[in-house]
Amino acid sequence: MGEAIVITSGKGGVGKTTTTANIGAGLAQAGKKVALIDADIGLRNLDVVMGLENRIVYDLVDVVEGQAKLKVALIKDKRFNENLFLLPAAQTRDKTAVSPAQMRDLVDSMKGEFDFVLIDCPAGIEQGFKNAVAGSDRAVVVATPEVSSVRDADRIIGLLEAEEKHNPSLIVNRIRPSMVKKGDMMDINDMIEILAIDLLGVVPDDEFIVVSTNRGEPAVLNTQSRAGEAYRNIARRLLGENIPVMKLEEENGGIFGRLKKMLGAKG
Amino acid sequence: MFDLFARVFGREDASKEVAKERLRLVLFHDRASLSPQMLENLKNDLVKVISQYLDIDDEGFKVDFSRHDDSMAIVANIPIKKKAGRSL
Repeated sequence: MGEAIVITSGKGGVGKTTTTANIGAGLAQAGKKVALIDADIGLRNLDVVMGLENRIVYDLVDVVEGQAKLKVALIKDKRFNENLFLLPAAQTRDKTAVSPAQMRDLVDSMKGEFDFVLIDCPAGIEQGFKNAVAGSDRAVVVATPEVSSVRDADRIIGLLEAEEKHNPSLIVNRIRPSMVKKGDMMDINDMIEILAIDLLGVVPDDEFIVVSTNRGEPAVLNTQSRAGEAYRNIARRLLGENIPVMKLEEENGGIFGRLKKMLGAKG
Repeated sequence: MFDLFARVFGREDASKEVAKERLRLVLFHDRASLSPQMLENLKNDLVKVISQYLDIDDEGFKVDFSRHDDSMAIVANIPIKKKAGRSL
């Protein structure tokens, strides 16, 4: 029986979809069988981030309404052997097209066939959120070190509790070590202290994410990307490995940083 | 240059400290569903009640909020005025 994880945040634009794609790809790389569900009905995006947009025939709503079998609707990502699949959102419908009970049934049936089912939650706290969390066993909250994002993350943590989804964990996204160093950005400890939840991972701000999204290739496939490395670490933590949080240095972090890179030391 | 110097030596108004302080307040209201006005009323009532028993410094009086795992708590910091020539 697999595990269903919802990736949520409250606020839009903090990196839920990128996080879902990369954790999914990271788990698939590690040999796990993974399905990604885009629960953002009407604003489909996980398909383009993954580079699978040209292969969509059926979507989530088709499956829920019985117009397509799950097996037929799932798109196989050929870059990951037989390990990574996407169930895209419908683009011409809205959040009311499915109910939380239907989502729960769908996710439960998928957990029989996959090691992990990752659900990309839409922004907001309305029905789209309720649908996305309904079938999940655990929740991951993505937040960037900005007041608006932290405030919404706090609200989402409260709502997850109300939905009886206990112990969510936090991914701090787009942290900029140089700003943290200057005292102009909240650091990881500030965020954990304010939100009072466990840390799952830290992803540094990385221009390569834009490149990877442009190309439709998850950053975990790139061994040079710091964000890619952070996502691979998160995937391994989800598999139960004890991986320390990567050390955040400034880019080209002085002579020692460069030396360490040359020696191939792991960040 | 002064800017850098001041920051290295932990100047108070590094913008993340401002962010944290603002978040602390806004999350207090969000979590407790208590408006700033209501909180002010609560604070004034607390001052009134405690003043009947102790001579307190209402300038330094602070009501704050903390969260531990699932529960939340109101934390009030109430400085007591020191009487001249006597220690408490």
